[in-house]
Amino acid sequence: MASLDDLKKRIASVKSTQKITKAMKMVAAAKLRRAQESAEKGRPYSEKMNNIILNLSSGISDKENAPKLLSGSGNDKVHLCVVMTSDRGLCGGFNSNIIKKAKSYFAKLSEDGKELKIITVGSKGNDQLKRAYGDKIIANISFKESKHANYFDADKVGKMVIEKFGAEEFDVCTIFYNQFKNVITQIPQAQQIIPLNVENSEEDKSEDSYEFEPDEDEILSNLLPKNISTQIFKAMLENSASEQGSRMSAMDNATRNAGEMVDKLTIEYNRSRQAAITKELIEIISGAESL
Amino acid sequence: MSEEFKIEIVNPEKSFLVKDDVSEVVVPAFEGEMGILKDHISIISFLKPGIIKILSKSGDENYYVEDGIVEFKNNNLSILTSSIFNLTDLDKAKQQDLLKLAEEEAGKPDINDQSKYLVDQKIEVLRSLN
Repeated sequence: MASLDDLKKRIASVKSTQKITKAMKMVAAAKLRRAQESAEKGRPYSEKMNNIILNLSSGISDKENAPKLLSGSGNDKVHLCVVMTSDRGLCGGFNSNIIKKAKSYFAKLSEDGKELKIITVGSKGNDQLKRAYGDKIIANISFKESKHANYFDADKVGKMVIEKFGAEEFDVCTIFYNQFKNVITQIPQAQQIIPLNVENSEEDKSEDSYEFEPDEDEILSNLLPKNISTQIFKAMLENSASEQGSRMSAMDNATRNAGEMVDKLTIEYNRSRQAAITKELIEIISGAESL
Repeated sequence: MSEEFKIEIVNPEKSFLVKDDVSEVVVPAFEGEMGILKDHISIISFLKPGIIKILSKSGDENYYVEDGIVEFKNNNLSILTSSIFNLTDLDKAKQQDLLKLAEEEAGKPDINDQSKYLVDQKIEVLRSLN
């Protein structure tokens, strides 16, 4: 059994850990609010962009000659996966959830005999994927310096992806990120951005036709690269909100666990203190009796 | 009947500007400046660097944009852009910065015709502001 002094030290150390986790929780909560706000503010842009592209692609007459970013390169061999994670740890299952999702996707790809290329955004993802898929990672981007997700960074990633697509380094591009639902729930997402999935075009098809200036093809070829950056930016915003949310609940749990631990240790401390007192008393009494 | 329509300018970070008492907007569309009045036909076009002029009851406003997409539909004008500045906020120093960036880009040897055209446009607009 640990001595009284040891127990005292343990309690003090757990308490100071609790202080740290509590502070981290507060910070995460403050940051979460900001991240959530910017995620919400960023939504109209990507939604509008999506709508315009839907309208455009439904209006396009010649599907054969559609821009490659929309129709794909005609092959389905090399898959590029952009795995977006955070740069910082201590945020619960946030990173592992994305990695898990990504890894199961990778496994499916290799089962189907596809070639795999990975770009990691955020250093934590790189750390976790490096061991198993180190030879597949073609680039690692990290935005440790920038405080919040900004469009400029997203554009950099987007341009890189488009450049690689232009050089025919891959056929299909999928991004992995966590979608922010609420503080407790974040849903890991796999979203295909090249070729673009024009799936729910049925519901929001407007009847009135647009006038295009210049023509559809030119607008589309101009718009699609922008859309890639926009989608990546959206993913970054969702991710940063999710990261803070996940960190907040993780730190909340940690604080609670630390509290429980302090309680348990305090009981143990008091018990052994009493035991020591009782022992001393018995020694005194039996000493007095033997006289 | 009123001759006003709604304008919404969004950039990736937020909804930049929403106004619903606009009488005319002039946008620098790719193939030349385009004035939009109420009941314009639905149109999609994209922007080249230039000045967006918004004429409304509550006063006129001018914005400098570098790129973007315009969509006009049912008397709703949406402008999506990643770089927009209110002219009154755009001071000399910022202008010089943008101009320098543009000039650097124009000086690149591997620039293609279309981006060259856009960058030249940008430089011209920025110079004319001074």
